[in-house]
Amino acid sequence: MDCSESLMLQATSRRALLLGGASFAAWAYLPKFARAADGRDPRFVTIILRGALDGLATVAPVGDPDYAGLHGAIALKADGPNAAVMLDSFFGLHPAMPEFSRMYRAKQAAVVHAVATSYRDRSHFDGQDVLESGFPGPGRVQSGWLNRALEALPKGERVTSALAVGPTTPLVLRGAAPTVGWAPTALPQAADDTAMRLLDLYQHRDPALASALTQGLQLEKQAQGNEMKPQPGGGAVAAMRLVARGAAKLMAADDGPRIGALAFDGWDTHANEGGSVGRLAQLLGGLDGALAEFQSGLGARWRDTVIVVATEFGRTARINGTEGTDHGTGTIALLAGGAVNGGRMITDWPGLKPANLYQARDLAPTTDLRAVIKGVLHDQFGLGERVLADAVFPDSAPVKPMKGLVV
Amino acid sequence: MARDSQAALIALNRFGFGARGGASGDLINAASDPRGFVLAELARPNGALLEVPGLLSTPELGKQVFDYQFEIQQARNAAKTAQQGASETPPQAPDATPPQRRNLSLSTAAKEIAGKDPAMQPQPADGANAAVMPSATMQPPTMQTVASPPKPPAQPLNIIQKTFRAEALARLQRGVVADCGFVERLVVFWSNHFCISANKGALARMWAGSFEREAIRPHVLGRFSDMLKAVEQHPAMLFFLDNQQSLGPESRAGINRNRGLNENLAREIMELHTLGVGGGYTQDDVTALARVITGWTFAGRKGQLGAPGSFVFNANAHQPGPQQVLGKTYAQAGLAQGEAVLSDIARHPSTAKFIATKFARHFVADDPPPALVTKLQDTFIKTDGDLRALATALVQSTEAWQAPLTKMRSPYEFLLASGRLLARNPEDPGRYLNGLNVLGQPLWSPAGPNGFPDTAAAWAAPEGIKLRLDISAQLGSQLADRFDPRDLLELIAADAASAETRRTIERAESRQQALALLLMSPEFQRR
Repeated sequence: MDCSESLMLQATSRRALLLGGASFAAWAYLPKFARAADGRDPRFVTIILRGALDGLATVAPVGDPDYAGLHGAIALKADGPNAAVMLDSFFGLHPAMPEFSRMYRAKQAAVVHAVATSYRDRSHFDGQDVLESGFPGPGRVQSGWLNRALEALPKGERVTSALAVGPTTPLVLRGAAPTVGWAPTALPQAADDTAMRLLDLYQHRDPALASALTQGLQLEKQAQGNEMKPQPGGGAVAAMRLVARGAAKLMAADDGPRIGALAFDGWDTHANEGGSVGRLAQLLGGLDGALAEFQSGLGARWRDTVIVVATEFGRTARINGTEGTDHGTGTIALLAGGAVNGGRMITDWPGLKPANLYQARDLAPTTDLRAVIKGVLHDQFGLGERVLADAVFPDSAPVKPMKGLVV
Repeated sequence: MARDSQAALIALNRFGFGARGGASGDLINAASDPRGFVLAELARPNGALLEVPGLLSTPELGKQVFDYQFEIQQARNAAKTAQQGASETPPQAPDATPPQRRNLSLSTAAKEIAGKDPAMQPQPADGANAAVMPSATMQPPTMQTVASPPKPPAQPLNIIQKTFRAEALARLQRGVVADCGFVERLVVFWSNHFCISANKGALARMWAGSFEREAIRPHVLGRFSDMLKAVEQHPAMLFFLDNQQSLGPESRAGINRNRGLNENLAREIMELHTLGVGGGYTQDDVTALARVITGWTFAGRKGQLGAPGSFVFNANAHQPGPQQVLGKTYAQAGLAQGEAVLSDIARHPSTAKFIATKFARHFVADDPPPALVTKLQDTFIKTDGDLRALATALVQSTEAWQAPLTKMRSPYEFLLASGRLLARNPEDPGRYLNGLNVLGQPLWSPAGPNGFPDTAAAWAAPEGIKLRLDISAQLGSQLADRFDPRDLLELIAADAASAETRRTIERAESRQQALALLLMSPEFQRR
């Protein structure tokens, strides 16, 4: 046999193929809550949609007289086939999201509209850095806001199970607070003894690799026996559901992680975005399925859960020349979970008249996304306004936590 | 001698793909003249070109895809007609994806909406991922263990899968046989800088290799402005960033079809290819550049605009009139307008800075020495973007030899270095492609137009290190009986190996274990 035939002979893990573009990571410790006395055991998940979600196509302002003209052929409509599901008399939810619609009616989901981070340019990569780092501007990629929030929480026991997918930790969870991750693997494991010898070498010669390997080994152990059987079919939709299902299962356990982050790629709809059906509709169906997986997987813990779905920025109010949308500014954030004070649209609607658009092209942001996340972190975990303004979202004192987001 | 071995380690690992096994003598040769060893490759005329019998040009490959898709479309239409004839047959559920179309990547699946003209719309290759893993398309994506491996029936590869594998093999073979591998490392750097993703669709997968051969390789030791022009006029890039769909709103086609601009390519030209974020451009500049390059497209199956699959300028789609970009007015008509803008952007000071920083970050350190960046930036400006001069300046600098080896080998570099040390010339790309998928760097398929990450942290994540260990253990268990790992340590590092690494390998309980530990040692992982 040719030597090269043996290279990667058994490396037939489907992880990278199966779960490309979807990932999950979690805090390695249980929080020790001051509020444990009242019987709540809060869970928090953030889902980052990378690529910039078209908020105007997901929760459409069908009551705005300028919407239909701007969004043109892909605009949602209040009636007719595949009509938007009206959340109130003004906003309609994309028909690909029946689960979110159900949660909204059950007052377990809410929409924040015309929201944006503090970033006002239109680079995905800088926009994602701002969204995930929590710093006011780009260029700070050492740690994420969720990791710094974890550092402010009193630390309890180490979690005994965790799951993450993808060989890298998303920025939002990167930082000093230890995180865990795991991906199902079909690759045979290196023997423990080999791993321990390598660890010993790294401890003497390369502390950074020692730390990485230590974590990698722990994760694999914790995840063993965690059978995850994906359903065949529908790539994006299946992958989002699968990651969410695995995350929910682990987070439901008493000794499982309480705080985690997922990232879904693929929302950059420059061309042929589709309206009530099409490319974006498929993706939204996957997101909707992921939220449903959390609800069913978390079981009784759903009532203590808040999920925040956010994206780096929105897309142009007017469709471009290829029935898609280019990079914009204002968009939506979604809240879901039994602990959400839901069933409502939270927005200071700026309107879509040309003069009201940001730079005459984008939905103008009227709500700072940090206010939303601060409000949730305050209500869920009792994080103080000072910590939120200094450590979690540096230099954000003027952005007050939004009140009343959690029941 | 220790000092020379350390310099040889830098020559081979920082600049190249690592020492080859057998009697190559790479480490000894590098130790005698480290700089000369690296620079020797730059002196070879046309050393970056990859001309392998059987690899076709972009238009030839385009024609094959168009024909293939046309056949499939015909077959589907025929099937549909037959189905409609049988009135009892229920229509297929709209979301039921035929197995051969299943695509497991989110970003790819996101583009799974077939356009009206299958040849001109982004669309996944049939079984796109099967190009790298044939069994994946026929199996439900279950997590089966290797203990009970799935045994799907063999299915012949389609033309897209065959092409992708042939292109991958040619690239891998070149990397495995190269002396130092510096030129191949430069190819990989520039290919990632100007990346496309094969996951965009059938045409992108078909053209991923030819794009690199035609737009990157001829200019890796040439001029940046020439590479920029070749890239932005290559059908693969125009397809990847949607420019073939972008129409000037006041162009004839724009008016007739009531469609207009798509600024995707224009933005990434400025943000990712040249000036960089903060490089001094505005939204208006992006939009203006988008107008300037309307009409930059490629000919489709019917060849109305030119040879199918070749770059063409479609005057009917071009926004007429002068445009202002970065404060300068471009009054040229047609194709010349965009070429003039690109030529100026290529020489913009922001471009020099952006390229110099990225280049130094790739080869030397995540936070490269400022003096080195300045040196590279000056070279870029002084030589009008001569990339051979840029590479030479890097190798001639003292900084590049003094900075500690803190970077991690990327998965591609790690697998290729393993192959060089352990294997003969690969004859099947499948193992490498699978390994790249597992480690999160699928060949020619980054998640976004910014390419794969280039920091040590990105590749030293817990998950990634554990997977490298598992792969190394596999290699150890399969190949170790052919090697003495202590000899291999002499080949890759000799005196530059740390006492701890040497001891760890010598004290391993088996050759298999020793080889795994060698492949995972800092000497092999860091560069």
